[in-house]
Amino acid sequence: MTGDDRDRRDLAGPRTARSSTGAQGIGRRRFLGYVLAAPTLATAAEPALAPEAAAAGAPSAADAAAAVPSPDLTELVDLNDVMTAAAWPTSNLIKVVVNKDGTVSFALPRAEVGQGITTSTAMLIAEEMDVPLDRVRVTLADARPELAFNQLTGASNTTISTYTPIRVAAAVARGRLLEAAAVELGAKATDLTLKAGVVTDLAGGSIGIGALAEKAASDEPRRVSVQLKERGEFTVIGTPRNRIDALEAVTGRKKFAMDLDVPDAGPTMVCRPPTLNGKVGSVANAEQVSGMPGVTHVAVISTGVAVRARTFGQCIDAVRALRVSWRPGSAEGKSDASVREELRDAELPLGLPPVTPSVEATFTFAFRSNSALEPNCAIADVRPDRAEIWSGLKAPIVAKQAIAAKLGLPPHAVTVHVTESGGSFGRRLFFDAALEAAEISRKIGEPVKLMWHRADDSRQGRTHPMATSRVRAAYLGKSVLSYRQRHTSVATDLSHGLGEVFTALAARLPVGDIGFSETFFQLSQSTPYDFGFHSRLLAETDKGFNTGSMRNVYSPDVTCARELVVDRLAAKTGKDPFSFRRDFLRDDRSRAALEKVAEAGNWGRAMPEGTAQGIAFHSEYHAVSAVLVEIDCRPETVGRPIRDGVTGPRVTRAVLAVDVGLAVNPRGLEAQMMGCLMDGIALTLTSSLHLRDGYFLEASWDNYFYTRQWNTPPELEIIVMPTTTGEPGGAGELGVAASMAAVACAYGRATGTMPTSFPLNHGTLSFEPKPTVPPVPASPTDGLDHVR
Amino acid sequence: MPEHTFRVNGEQVTVEAADSERLLWVLRDILGITGPKYGCGINVCKACTSHVNGKAANPCAIPVKDLRPTDEVTTIEGLAATAGAELHPMQQAWLDHDVAQCGYCQPGQIMAAVALVRRVREEGRRITEDDLDGIRNICRCGTYVRIREAIKDGAARM
Repeated sequence: MTGDDRDRRDLAGPRTARSSTGAQGIGRRRFLGYVLAAPTLATAAEPALAPEAAAAGAPSAADAAAAVPSPDLTELVDLNDVMTAAAWPTSNLIKVVVNKDGTVSFALPRAEVGQGITTSTAMLIAEEMDVPLDRVRVTLADARPELAFNQLTGASNTTISTYTPIRVAAAVARGRLLEAAAVELGAKATDLTLKAGVVTDLAGGSIGIGALAEKAASDEPRRVSVQLKERGEFTVIGTPRNRIDALEAVTGRKKFAMDLDVPDAGPTMVCRPPTLNGKVGSVANAEQVSGMPGVTHVAVISTGVAVRARTFGQCIDAVRALRVSWRPGSAEGKSDASVREELRDAELPLGLPPVTPSVEATFTFAFRSNSALEPNCAIADVRPDRAEIWSGLKAPIVAKQAIAAKLGLPPHAVTVHVTESGGSFGRRLFFDAALEAAEISRKIGEPVKLMWHRADDSRQGRTHPMATSRVRAAYLGKSVLSYRQRHTSVATDLSHGLGEVFTALAARLPVGDIGFSETFFQLSQSTPYDFGFHSRLLAETDKGFNTGSMRNVYSPDVTCARELVVDRLAAKTGKDPFSFRRDFLRDDRSRAALEKVAEAGNWGRAMPEGTAQGIAFHSEYHAVSAVLVEIDCRPETVGRPIRDGVTGPRVTRAVLAVDVGLAVNPRGLEAQMMGCLMDGIALTLTSSLHLRDGYFLEASWDNYFYTRQWNTPPELEIIVMPTTTGEPGGAGELGVAASMAAVACAYGRATGTMPTSFPLNHGTLSFEPKPTVPPVPASPTDGLDHVR
Repeated sequence: MPEHTFRVNGEQVTVEAADSERLLWVLRDILGITGPKYGCGINVCKACTSHVNGKAANPCAIPVKDLRPTDEVTTIEGLAATAGAELHPMQQAWLDHDVAQCGYCQPGQIMAAVALVRRVREEGRRITEDDLDGIRNICRCGTYVRIREAIKDGAARM
């Protein structure tokens, strides 16, 4: 454990404290938990902090200041420490339940959006309870305001914050099952073994946990002390497992919000404005549209004109038939160029020019969409005195409170069900569709199943804001003396509950009063290299856009800019990009991951002209990642023909190495890294939104060029590094930043340039924009001509 | 509303719907068959990919009037039955490679994969990397590499 870790303990006591136990043979750390009063066995963790953790001093602004010349705040405390600390006090409110059929249930207060946390959570429970993985049922909890900060899915924090509390609850259940079995079998608890969900005694007698579920239950809460398994005893954690919901996914049985059969929830869509956030002036033909086949309701709402019908096909027809006069929106007349000017005006100075040689560069990043494949959608059933909502929500408590406020109902009268999401990428931190569906249902007095059209989702949905990053690095001889980065961005809307976390813990954060976005920025960014003095600042401007966090938030852009400058520094100091990074990385974990991709990727191999390797590094979420890619920028590759697709340079090979401390499910981690790589490729090469005349041009997946099969690297290797810290770090977003940067660096080396504007193809509009009136395109009718 | 008769997953169905109603909404909103997903409504994302008479088709772009009574529509829900098993070999390959992440695109991906294997087989050849590059189904989770591996594996089992 490093000194930095000790400083961090107060905020992350339950996470870090374990690593200080056992070494001297004092015995395993004990945790407190509860057997809860319930008809069958139900258990939870006790939220009290471990004594040694509580005693440690909290980091302060003074600590941070004392660490100059390179005050990397994340070395003292990072975003995940804050979120973990915020979640811990309510860990006694999430419970493991043993059922009479021998299954174990757990309602996870997080959102499953594809990142695999229902599977990894089931693994934690299976491990600690010694029950088969397929007997653990993990569902998603409804919004539970009493959980306060313990129901926000973000910052790749789920496993970090739940790793200990869930295992404690499971261990309490295991101990209680053994006690009950001892009574049933007439044996001593110490003579019993629990394996595969069955308790066996020395004489060969046995009883299943289902038969013990009621017998092990308690009429009143009981506080008990448990030990958790040591890492060497793990048989589930750390082993590759398939997703627990895979069968449902491949058979079409997995239910997303729009698949739910809520009585009378009629298909509903909204006719949206031609410019961003425009408002309805008047509707010329509401009555006529009301009479269209299947249409049951037409209603003006705050975001447009809602229509409800028997089918979504009829909704599309009705939306297209509406004649609406619109009032201006929030970005009227703005374009990429004008926003770029706003950013230039907001950029913070880099300071006086250095007296030594330096590398200086400015990078521009276009607006990007965090649309998932499942568009914004929600079901709402609003009655005069209550409301019920179904939607994929990563911040359901905030959604519940906002919906209650909008409807003028007390929060307890609003039930919010969290459904499985068809992707998130940051989009489901917000609840735009849930709020809108509630408004519509209230207005028309019927339940609604609201769906945003793809065009709506792309044009009016949230975006990753346009940003610039300016970097200056001063060097002398073989040393880097200073590194400064000034990130300037259209404001990112972070009003999804993380703000409340920061507010609650503000006194314990060593940041002073620097504002919420800057806090987030400082808590999530770090410079992994030994670059002497370094400073990073964020400036934001223009709140007229619908923005939000997009997978890995600020890090892809910040890291891409930094890694391109690192390649320049390497060239200036006469080193190659790999050895420069290796020499300047600060710790062994980082170097190990970098060296691994260099070795596995055969760094430095001879390659044809127009092709090259690139290498990049990023650390965050208590984890490190290194990426090596090879790119082919030769004309015959760039120009390969694909109908209505962007081809361009192709990443032909990628090697990723990740060290997350402890990978709960290495197979799931590999899946996340694969996705992160595809995001990184898109961010550097192809995917962006074009702003013209106050609206985004993209209205289709053939306009917004996320990575497709024809952009996918034919060769991919993902290396999960051996366990290091023994504690799980974050995984869901980890690989995006280094992937984006590695592709950019490879492109630079293949073409002998340093790319400064992203994505690379943003300057070329590769599609014919769809009209804005009507706001959604008609569905084609020639489907049978294209069967194949 | 006119009536339309066709076959879905082995059964004859008759629905009342406008001639122009796209098959996707007939399946999802009228028949309650929710395996085919909405992702764009303009035959681009391919999330709704199903089979018409064994070939890949996109219900979001098929007016229901275009279907004849003998036309067999197969959605992901009916795929396994076409192989006479609990799971189609392609679904099993999907499980073995742990392909799905969020799962939203997966029914369409699997249906496209099965049709691709059938097509190249009819053409008397094996699946190539170009064939795989040509799959247009979007996976926003980016599990493209596992999709490719599962298709090759599933093809060997079909």
